[in-house]
Amino acid sequence: MKPPALSFHKKPSEMSRRDFLKSGGAVATITLAQGVTLMAFGGQAGAMADPGKRWGLLIDVGKCTSDCTACVTACSTENGWQDTGHPETDAQWIRKVDLVDDATGHELSLPMMCQHCDDAPCIDVCPTTASFKRADGIVLVDKHICIGCRYCMMACPYKARSFVHEPVRGQKTYAPRGQGTVESCTLCVHRVDRGDSPACVEACGKTGNGAMMFGDLMDPESQISQALLNYPSLALRDDLGLRPGVRYQNL
Amino acid sequence: MERTIYREIKVNRPLIQLAALLVAFLLAAASSWFYIEHHGHIVTGMNNQIVWGLPHVFAIFLIVAASGALNVASIATVFGKVPYKPLARLSGLLAVSLLAGGLAVLVLDLGRPDRLIVAMTTYNFSSIFAWNILLYNGFFVVVAAYLFVQMARGMPYQAVQMVGFVAFIWRLILTTGTGSIFGWLVARSAYDAAILAPLFIAMSFAIGLAVFILVLTLACRLTDRALGAKLLARMGRLLGIFAAVVLYFAAVQHLTNLYVAEHAGVERFILWNGGIYTWLFWFGQVLIGGLVPIALVFHPTGGAKPASTITASALVILGGFAQLYVIILGGQAYPLEIFPGFTASFSFSDGQINIYIPTWLEFFLGFGGIALALALSGFGMKILRILPTSLSDANVGQD
Repeated sequence: MKPPALSFHKKPSEMSRRDFLKSGGAVATITLAQGVTLMAFGGQAGAMADPGKRWGLLIDVGKCTSDCTACVTACSTENGWQDTGHPETDAQWIRKVDLVDDATGHELSLPMMCQHCDDAPCIDVCPTTASFKRADGIVLVDKHICIGCRYCMMACPYKARSFVHEPVRGQKTYAPRGQGTVESCTLCVHRVDRGDSPACVEACGKTGNGAMMFGDLMDPESQISQALLNYPSLALRDDLGLRPGVRYQNL
Repeated sequence: MERTIYREIKVNRPLIQLAALLVAFLLAAASSWFYIEHHGHIVTGMNNQIVWGLPHVFAIFLIVAASGALNVASIATVFGKVPYKPLARLSGLLAVSLLAGGLAVLVLDLGRPDRLIVAMTTYNFSSIFAWNILLYNGFFVVVAAYLFVQMARGMPYQAVQMVGFVAFIWRLILTTGTGSIFGWLVARSAYDAAILAPLFIAMSFAIGLAVFILVLTLACRLTDRALGAKLLARMGRLLGIFAAVVLYFAAVQHLTNLYVAEHAGVERFILWNGGIYTWLFWFGQVLIGGLVPIALVFHPTGGAKPASTITASALVILGGFAQLYVIILGGQAYPLEIFPGFTASFSFSDGQINIYIPTWLEFFLGFGGIALALALSGFGMKILRILPTSLSDANVGQD
């Protein structure tokens, strides 16, 4: 049986000359723009994306503990969204969910965030193209053209998106936010573009749990591809055929 | 039968009082909007679980009513029913007014209404929402043209029929688009059903005609113009048929879902233990909005009375509002099924029924849309020759 990880691999024949040039352009942009702060995802972030990559996460639910929220704290600190005391309206780029198996009573805990779908419903329904996917599979919101209609929130099967209900404070220049617009996990695109892993993955590793793995799903030799090849995993709501970039083990 | 004469309505005291009331509602809506804009949607009852609230119920109600209100004109020019011909102009005017009211609420509830220009200039053609923007704008153009050919001197009737046919097809596509906003949402078990498009079309037939009947009756009474009891009863019977069609589609929708095991949870929620949603479904949508008006207009003795038609229209409007509330809010209140077979013991509202308590701001915003629609209709009747001087049964032609 063909392992699921292989479905992420782009065939060389699919890599067009345009893809190749864009890839070269991305390198040039990185070189020329070193030290320049990324102000918006719509322009530079899209230009940097490497179509030869498909960034993804593998979450080992067996290693994730219920009392640990290191990933949530790290994301909040990194991206500048806070607990304002209004849990129903607060931004939740990542959240912890504790589950009980109805049949067996087995308890487990896992982090939920944007699943960075290959065929993302949020992108399909967005009237203004504010929801978009970079060439490397990272799904983002262009805050400049989001009109705050929230149709993407209606369409997302994972409840991964948040609407900014209040005036924002403590913004980070690399993670712009705006009252009246929709936002979600960016897979720490600003860190990924400089060669780092997302803040949640780094924080999870520091706790010793090591439940989160980040990497290139299109590189068959990457650690994440090898793990997906050798151990069973699944995508949430796989029945919808959205091909998420986030997969779970031991669920 | 005399020739139908259309005349602008004359200002009188009751009309001025009504206009003052509408202005008060418009001011309340504007104030609500400014308040929400300043503080953010935190001051509304909406949250990250219930992302579309009461303003969307009002907006979609008005948009659905808009396409339905145009049916009266279609019955006259497309289906050639003579008694409806004197009503065609008001039908067109009311249709564009209702759409304007609905879109105003929709736009003012956006997180960034100031970016309307973005929505008008940047289209994602895979989004039914973007298609709807084109359909709404096109509706204004098509119905304006329809009104023009009806009112222009010397216009051949074939031109009226042709534009009327285009408008009829356009409104069917438009309501298909409105229903598909929900029908194409695969993520939520309450939606994701092709039947929502024809259901919305049926709802538009009923709600639109009910609104038309009430506005026509009000306009005739306030301006002392005759409105024939037979004409009213005829529209009342048609309304009864439309209300029955809505019940039929709603029954098929829920019976189909009940047959599919994975939808059993959401059906149990809507039909049995969903609290306000279950109550609104059975009492509001089915009884008040369906069975009672049908019984009223088809009653062997009382059905022909104007009071029956007018009461039935008011009930169909209330029932339609309840139905949209159940569809829009009930569909979001029922949790997303992200982890089938598991129960969430701790989470960010996962697996829980989501609570929504609308605030007065949202009510005012919604009522502002209704006020805008009525104000525009009244203004249109004031400056254009829309309303016939007499719609008495003697004046209205027969088939």
